[in-house]
Amino acid sequence: MQKIQNNKAWLLVLPVLVLVAFSAVVPLMTVVNYAFNDTFGNNQFFWAGLEWFDEMVHSDRLHGALGRQVLFSAIILAIEVPLGIFVALNMPKQSFWASFCLVVMALPLLIPFNVVGTIWQIFGRTDIGLLGHSLAALGVDYNYTNDPIDAWATVIVMDVWHWTSLVALLCYAGLQSIPQAYYQAAKIDQASRWAVFRYIELPKMKGVLLIAILLRFMDSFMIYTEPFVVTGGGPGNATTFLSIDLVKMAVGQFDLGPAAAFSLMYFLVIMLVSWVFYTVMTNLDKAEAGQ
Amino acid sequence: MAQITLENLAHSYSANPKSEADYALKEMNHVWQDGGAYALLGSSGCGKTTLLNIISGLLRPSQGRILFGAQDVTEAPTTQRNIAQVFQFPVVYDTMTVRDNLAFPLRNRGMDAAYIKSRVDQIAAMIGMEAMLARKAQGLTADAKQKISLGRGMVREDVNAILFDEPLTVIDPNMKWELRTQLKQLHRQFGHTMIYVTHDQTEALTFADKVVVMYDGRVVQMGTPEELFETPAHTFVGYFIGSPGMNFLDARIDGSKAVLTNGETVDLGARYGDLSGRTQIGVRPEHAVLTDQGGLPLSIRRIEDVGRHRIVRAELSGAVFNIILPEGEGLPADTPRVSFLPGKIGAYADDWRVAPHAMERAA
Repeated sequence: MQKIQNNKAWLLVLPVLVLVAFSAVVPLMTVVNYAFNDTFGNNQFFWAGLEWFDEMVHSDRLHGALGRQVLFSAIILAIEVPLGIFVALNMPKQSFWASFCLVVMALPLLIPFNVVGTIWQIFGRTDIGLLGHSLAALGVDYNYTNDPIDAWATVIVMDVWHWTSLVALLCYAGLQSIPQAYYQAAKIDQASRWAVFRYIELPKMKGVLLIAILLRFMDSFMIYTEPFVVTGGGPGNATTFLSIDLVKMAVGQFDLGPAAAFSLMYFLVIMLVSWVFYTVMTNLDKAEAGQ
Repeated sequence: MAQITLENLAHSYSANPKSEADYALKEMNHVWQDGGAYALLGSSGCGKTTLLNIISGLLRPSQGRILFGAQDVTEAPTTQRNIAQVFQFPVVYDTMTVRDNLAFPLRNRGMDAAYIKSRVDQIAAMIGMEAMLARKAQGLTADAKQKISLGRGMVREDVNAILFDEPLTVIDPNMKWELRTQLKQLHRQFGHTMIYVTHDQTEALTFADKVVVMYDGRVVQMGTPEELFETPAHTFVGYFIGSPGMNFLDARIDGSKAVLTNGETVDLGARYGDLSGRTQIGVRPEHAVLTDQGGLPLSIRRIEDVGRHRIVRAELSGAVFNIILPEGEGLPADTPRVSFLPGKIGAYADDWRVAPHAMERAA
């Protein structure tokens, strides 16, 4: 039978293309447009080439924000991942308490980000906040609006409170998938608690843990709302992370060109880091399986 | 190594068992000899695995005691019982090499490195995995993984018992036979007490010196393969052992005669007392002979040729009756009749075998 050749089927993809164009491509290209042009208002644009990129790459302000951002992500990953694993290991495996724990753990994840910020903003206040007031009563000189260390501590504790559940729940799901026979065999082999974790639980959790780390890295690297509500990036620039700085630049100062260049680089960095991370982890996996 | 004693042992999974039906394991008293090869045989859900887990200490029985030798281990955790267990599905430590997997139980017990190496090499040779010792266990086939599990179960020399929970389920049929032979060989070599759970009668009969048949949470018979075949203690044993299983016919037992429901009588060759409940006689298909005259009339439904012999599927006294026809023997030309080999007929009351009066049997 003669095969009829035509490419009309491509038309079926058109609605998706249109949708994606309006939702992603057009907004992104607007940003690209700003990044390569300069404007003095009146909708008049002048070609600026790589000028904004050059300025941003050499900007101390951006370097500072990037440094704080990396430090923040590193700290919260270093806390949330081990803590999440620890919580998951100690959660009840079945019965009423298992469901109870799951619900309680899921609660922080359901609270809108700016509400989380508000909760901690009030919680930490020395005049009316439970935490701030209690610390003050104990004689601790705590004030997140004045002291950079206190501000950092507050933002980190808030993020740990907000997101450790996610890591814990993912790990818990990984743990639940381990057949009982593994634990029984380990008992018979007289494996220590550490060996059970190292050789049974950790390998089985590796997949979900990878996803948890990736999600937490991306989210923390883009964090905006909570620190903005609590500290507003202060005191000074102490908690001004990349997003906060970007918004200050774009909306506060209306420096659209530099801000657009900044956005593009920010976007590419997140993509790059996530991709590298994912590739390395999956390759490790393959190497282990194939050998 | 030790003799295993089960004393008034029973187990229920519900916290407050009310009736006997709530017990997954009904009360039992048994002694398992040191160095014996036992098979726990029964259909799914009969309590085999429950019993095994109680012996290994993964489960605490609701009542009764377990003794290893003279020592009461009912309360002892698995680690103190010094037993090895191989599970139905392979349990391997994926991130370890095959060698480390096999060495794991020995290393955890702080054995000396040179000893571990020689022992692991020996076990690897036995399960045929010497070539793979250096690779990671992850990504191996189910067969290979289960062989590692078996190897890990057997790597310790000083164990009280090795328990196998349907270990060959995931193994290829031809490999099954080979591994079973190796297990048997190992048993002869080291003399460990071995308990092998299975629902496959061939596996049980070829592996074990003593087969323990379980039915509905009860041990219905514990005996050599020959005893199970010749004198099944319960109708379940009769059905379960043998292919096809034993034939059972409802009958009224009257002294040394059995009167079938169709009115025919069978000479039992031994005298029985008064029996109550549902009474039956049981005859193995191997112990029934087709004849032209004598015996009981029956109608043949179909004949299956299974190679070595033929199976005659017939109907007798309103029940299905199977006969094994040895190779080369023909069918009777006229109306077929069946007679039973003398001394091979058992009498059953409420599913349990009844012994004839000893004195009169001798006479």
